[in-house]
Amino acid sequence: MDPVSTPSLEVSGLAFAYPDGHQALFGVDFSIGRGERVALLGPNGAGKTTLVLHLNGILTGGAGTVQVAGLPVGKRHMAEIRRRVGIVFQDPDDQLFMPTVREDVAFGPAAAGLKGPELEERVDRALAQVGMGQFKDRPPHHLSFGQRRRVAVATVLAMEPEILVLDEPSSNLDPASRRELADILRSLDVTVLMVTHDLPYALELCPRALILSEGVIAADGKTGELLSDQELMRAHRLELPFGFDPRSVTPDA
Amino acid sequence: MGAGHAHRLYRHGHSPVHALPPHTKLAAAFAFVVVVVSTPREAIWAFGLYAVLLGVVAHLARVPAAFLLKRLLIEVPFVAFAVLMPFVAEGEQVDVLGLSLSVNGLWGAWNVLAKGTLGVAASVLLASTTELRELLLGLQRLKLPPLLVQIASFMIRYGDVITDEMRRMRIARESRGFEARGVRHWGVLAKSAGALFIRSYERGERVHLAMVSRGYAGSMPVIDEVTASRAQWSYALALPVAALVVCLLGWTL
Repeated sequence: MDPVSTPSLEVSGLAFAYPDGHQALFGVDFSIGRGERVALLGPNGAGKTTLVLHLNGILTGGAGTVQVAGLPVGKRHMAEIRRRVGIVFQDPDDQLFMPTVREDVAFGPAAAGLKGPELEERVDRALAQVGMGQFKDRPPHHLSFGQRRRVAVATVLAMEPEILVLDEPSSNLDPASRRELADILRSLDVTVLMVTHDLPYALELCPRALILSEGVIAADGKTGELLSDQELMRAHRLELPFGFDPRSVTPDA
Repeated sequence: MGAGHAHRLYRHGHSPVHALPPHTKLAAAFAFVVVVVSTPREAIWAFGLYAVLLGVVAHLARVPAAFLLKRLLIEVPFVAFAVLMPFVAEGEQVDVLGLSLSVNGLWGAWNVLAKGTLGVAASVLLASTTELRELLLGLQRLKLPPLLVQIASFMIRYGDVITDEMRRMRIARESRGFEARGVRHWGVLAKSAGALFIRSYERGERVHLAMVSRGYAGSMPVIDEVTASRAQWSYALALPVAALVVCLLGWTL
């Protein structure tokens, strides 16, 4: 397959039920092209987290397929899939489990077999991308929340992923950290799937949005258009913050 | 590593002892303790020589005597036990200041006191010249079961996170008018402890998820390879070797 036209992520017919019988996904189809930034919106309990955990094969066993840059997610290529799909989890304290920032960022590439100066260079580059180079030898619990979130992004960037998946990237951030993270995400040359409730943030960063509701993709289109469709928004329990009018802002392409 | 944010047992410095690779220091301290423990208790002078050896190490490491003595206070509970021994042990009795003491008990007390103090002093020296993080690397290098090293390093990483959670739960309890006063309130404290356990357990699951997502497959990747030259080994092992000479003299004289 031609690598330029192969989408970064291709999900088709994905359905999944938890062992207790609760069905979370009922046939999800979408595709994300290389370099796109897409927001995944949806109310609580829509199946967003379940979907994310399918992208790197933590959850499997339902119907349907997921392909990352042409490679099917499955037992055979698990190590490569996990390198290609970088998930940044919501709580950076869960993501940063090593004693120092440097070791944490090195964890992924080292698990993939990188070592020595090559590993060191990878760590430096990832930390530079999120502007955290000078915090290399700090323990993660001595950083501010916003800094920890940025390091969490670096831990994933160090693996040079095909697609970056962010779970609620703006949660618990103060406005300044929120803007800093947005600047960083915009500067990255990587495909991004952003799972969020933060609609203005989605509009600011992602030209395209998907709405996941009750286990299916209910809408797929330009973020500004979806957010302006009051009927659609109400039907899926999505609410804009008070006083926010998506038509009044012009998102950059 | 971790300049300015080290554990409080550690004493930052640039002495030759600080510079030794961690696994050589661990091996030296362990061997020293084994030698001390296997010295006959009747050879009182030998223990004096051991103390002198440790004094030399402390001097080389530029650890002040006051610092060392203060850290030795941790031994106090064991000292209390040793003091009891002459009163409770059986056998030949001897009168000291009008008290009838057991000769065996006196020797036993001396044995515990001398060997315990030397062991604790050696550990304190090790801890004050080696950072926690390095100790873990040393243990890993000495081929301690990797699972134990991983558990220890997670304890260091998450100790603060869990204490923080505990503090927040206490504040939440107190904000609702609860104050632990006496046995009747133990039930509430026990429930808090249970809740804390479940929270930590769930965090453990989330951390594991984050590790698996970055390619963890059961063993930690080696990020920092610690190595020691022959000279460093012989420098570190000078302490236990000197102690061994004293010990052998103690047995033969």
